Amino acid sequence: MTAPEPSRAAAFLLGVRALLPMYLGVIPFGIIYGVVALQSGIPPLAAVLMSSIVFAGSAQFILAQLVGAGAPGLLIVGAVGLVNLRHALYSASVAPMLGGLPRRWKILLAYLLTDEAYAAAIPHLMSGAARGHWILFGAGFALWAGWQAATLIGVVMGAYLPADLSLDFALPLTFIAIVVPLLTDGRRIAVAVVAAALAVLLEAWPYKLGLFFAALGALAAAGILSRWSRP
Amino acid sequence: MSLTAVIVITGLLTFAIRLSFIALEGRYQPPGWFVQLLPFVPIAALTALVAPELLLVGGRLSVGADNPRFWAGVVAVVVAAWRRSVLLTIGCGFAALWLMRLL
Repeated sequence: MTAPEPSRAAAFLLGVRALLPMYLGVIPFGIIYGVVALQSGIPPLAAVLMSSIVFAGSAQFILAQLVGAGAPGLLIVGAVGLVNLRHALYSASVAPMLGGLPRRWKILLAYLLTDEAYAAAIPHLMSGAARGHWILFGAGFALWAGWQAATLIGVVMGAYLPADLSLDFALPLTFIAIVVPLLTDGRRIAVAVVAAALAVLLEAWPYKLGLFFAALGALAAAGILSRWSRP
Repeated sequence: MSLTAVIVITGLLTFAIRLSFIALEGRYQPPGWFVQLLPFVPIAALTALVAPELLLVGGRLSVGADNPRFWAGVVAVVVAAWRRSVLLTIGCGFAALWLMRLL
């Protein structure tokens, strides 16, 4: 790392800034998680620690629900593994861009690799931005800090959220703002359409498996379309 | 299995899934077709994440007047295509959602 100090800070802040709009959706989600965890009979300390040990929004909700329902531990572990399978796709996607980094960086960024951090950083990573790992770190850290704070608020104070405002909708809106500029040709649009159609068709599958297989199906479509368009 | 064990094991499992391909990088050369598909991952995964939230109401496909999220999503797609601004997209999306609720 011979890069000048300000550039690292600038890259880090770029990641933070890319993630900040998602707070609108993430903070209420984290507060509700804290409340749901306590209602499921999870002790406050465990509920808070889960947000840093597991650090995966929807998986933590399912974990809390299954604990509340008295499900066996092995089933809970399996369910969370299935819910988080999609993160393997993110891992594959960012891996080539993190190849030359020291092991401690890979461990740190893997720990921080959530839906939100990935979405915030991937346009920058794909455009070959300098110090992409600092951008991903900034986005991942911002999400981590917000998630911990929101969990703490939910556990300590409970939820007093204006449900009418549908703040959770901020996340899909942000993802739309990230994905639409990536749809630069017909093949990419077709991949998005296949992903949307499969996700809707498979939505009823348990443990968000429909989401994972919809993404895989769309990638298969991308492969087929690439083969066709080759001379 | 104690709650502590469940939390620690699920945490390790989640971390292992996220680390998987990052850890393999450089030690294993994935096949060419795999590498060629990687640029499509953001589109495939993030669209799959968003689509059900826009298109389904109570598990059923709905693109009518009873689904303001779909129309707010349409507005957001148009705004995102027109101006590549995240804040503007969120602002217009929420404005459309709340407006449709009022009507």
